[in-house]
Amino acid sequence: MSSRLNSALVLLALMCALSIVASNHRARKLFIELEREQSRMHSLDVEWGQLQLEQSTWANHARVEKIAREKLQMKTPPANQIVSLEGRKP
Amino acid sequence: MKFSSSPLLSQPLPIWRSRVLQLGLLVCFMALLGRSLYLQCIHNDFLREKGEARYERVLEIPATRGRITDRHGQMLAMSTPVKSIWAIPDDAQLQPAQVRDLARMLEMDVRDLNRKLASEKDFVSIKRQIPPELADQIAALKLPGIHSRLEYRRYYPGGDVTAHMLGFTGMDDMGQEGVELAMNAALLGKAGSRRVIKDRRGEIVEDVESIRQPMEGRDITLALDDKIQYLAYTNLQQTVADFKAKAGGIVVIDAKTGEVLALVNLPTYNPNNRQGLVGAQLRNRALTDTFEPGSTMKPFTAALALEQGKVRYDTMIQTAPGRMTIGNATIHDAHMHGMLTVAQVIQKSSNVGAAKMALSMPAQSMWQMFDSLGFGSPLKLGFPGEVGGRLRPWNKWQPIDQATMSYGHGISVTLIQLARAYMAFARDGDLIPLTLTKADGPAPVGKQVFSAQTAHEVRSMLEMVVNDGGTAPKAFVPGYRVGGKTGTAHKLEGGAYANKYVASFVGLAPASDPRLIIAVMVDEPSTGIYYGGDVAAPVFSRVMAGALRTLGVPHDAPLHPAPAVADGGPVKEEM
Repeated sequence: MSSRLNSALVLLALMCALSIVASNHRARKLFIELEREQSRMHSLDVEWGQLQLEQSTWANHARVEKIAREKLQMKTPPANQIVSLEGRKP
Repeated sequence: MKFSSSPLLSQPLPIWRSRVLQLGLLVCFMALLGRSLYLQCIHNDFLREKGEARYERVLEIPATRGRITDRHGQMLAMSTPVKSIWAIPDDAQLQPAQVRDLARMLEMDVRDLNRKLASEKDFVSIKRQIPPELADQIAALKLPGIHSRLEYRRYYPGGDVTAHMLGFTGMDDMGQEGVELAMNAALLGKAGSRRVIKDRRGEIVEDVESIRQPMEGRDITLALDDKIQYLAYTNLQQTVADFKAKAGGIVVIDAKTGEVLALVNLPTYNPNNRQGLVGAQLRNRALTDTFEPGSTMKPFTAALALEQGKVRYDTMIQTAPGRMTIGNATIHDAHMHGMLTVAQVIQKSSNVGAAKMALSMPAQSMWQMFDSLGFGSPLKLGFPGEVGGRLRPWNKWQPIDQATMSYGHGISVTLIQLARAYMAFARDGDLIPLTLTKADGPAPVGKQVFSAQTAHEVRSMLEMVVNDGGTAPKAFVPGYRVGGKTGTAHKLEGGAYANKYVASFVGLAPASDPRLIIAVMVDEPSTGIYYGGDVAAPVFSRVMAGALRTLGVPHDAPLHPAPAVADGGPVKEEM
């Protein structure tokens, strides 16, 4: 009787031990994944910054003005050609 | 014979032999116990450390310096990671082919690289600030003794347009000029570190503890408006080039909030490439250089006289015969104007008229006004090298000092001080502090300098300056009522007035409810034209027109073309 109980308990202990090993392994795998995602987040952040920088460079006023004036032949209209629409005052 | 019947067993042994054996065993056992106690309790820390060193690592977590953006979120300054390649020359025993590869990738001269690698030093920097991708390619070559290090490089997309406002950082990522220095503490990030467990493949498998939380640098939103800044920059640059001036400065202030919307100094520099930089380019003139403002001070004299009830808007003042002797000095008007109203004294910019008003008031009250307008003490915006200008104590004033100060000589100010002082006219006689960062929340409570009525009266005088018969018809802005005052001052050189000039214009618009104040200063225009109304006023007009349109300020005047210049041309102001 007691030997059966003992062997059941041994089996239970063994199962617990194995599940600890398994869950620890899983935790580590998940952690590695988390780390990867975090470093990806960081590199995306860096890339976003670089893209913002690039956008700023392309949208540089001097460049826009040059293209508008030279390539698109645009010019500032004289005052007498501007019609101002009356809006609600803020 | 059996062992048990051996006669030796029955032989009695002396009792001490077993005692000695027992004692010996006991000593050995105690030694063992002591050793284990030592290892487990006393020496434990050291051993644990050694064990952890096999799998634990402390990682640096880098922090980036904060970004600087304009009020609309346009990027003005940001840090992006780059790598630097360095070598330990003793370890770097490379094959000639490897050296050639490395030199090709770094775009360096092979001989240059060889010279660096042959250095006697323990550490040589090979190339700083290369793109991270390139550094990874170099790391993939696995060259012995060649290492890379993460650094940050600061980029300024605005280049020379925003140079003086932003300043720059040094190699160590610390601010050295401008906002970068003024707000260094906030922008600066603090690197953190954490302890982790790494597995055999070098991958992090567990976070043990965070030793120090990294502190990312704070992002800063400036009050600056990128569009207005560009507008101010291009127009000022054009003028400085056209009039062959030595230098120039322009400040745009929002009169409602005290925000500095634009600040440009010329000559300037490119903060992204600071090679061959000279001191003159670095000077933030609008804040660190003082000049004698000249006639732009006259409205303050008139305001004080109105405030004290010495004169009314239309009180007649005799300015004939165009000169006035005080003590043994004489002050002049270049043109004779005869009888002028107070408003016309400002409009025509008569020195004699301003001096007469000043001499009717006690020196102390004039000093008090200058002081409460902020002259003589720095604005404390936090910029490096800010100065306060010169305002001597009133009890040292002679009558001639009081007279010359009434038209802006014998006193020195910075351009930004002048712009801020005009805020008293743009608002209802009160002054609020300037701010470099975007203001949120209610506008700060102002400090009353003049009464609202005085401010309104002076504002209408300033409008006359820009209209027919004034000194600055070129400051006219179509569609808006504009007020302002020209200044043309001789420069002091070695204590005497030289034949060099500072042309300036300070103005506000729309006059019905002023939103913007713009102060322009052009130093030493040298094409023979030097009047503030000819040199500085057109810059004001163009920047003001563009800025009001950008901000969507409603028109308060009909959109008609600029008024024809009256017969005889605009009135020249006095110096």
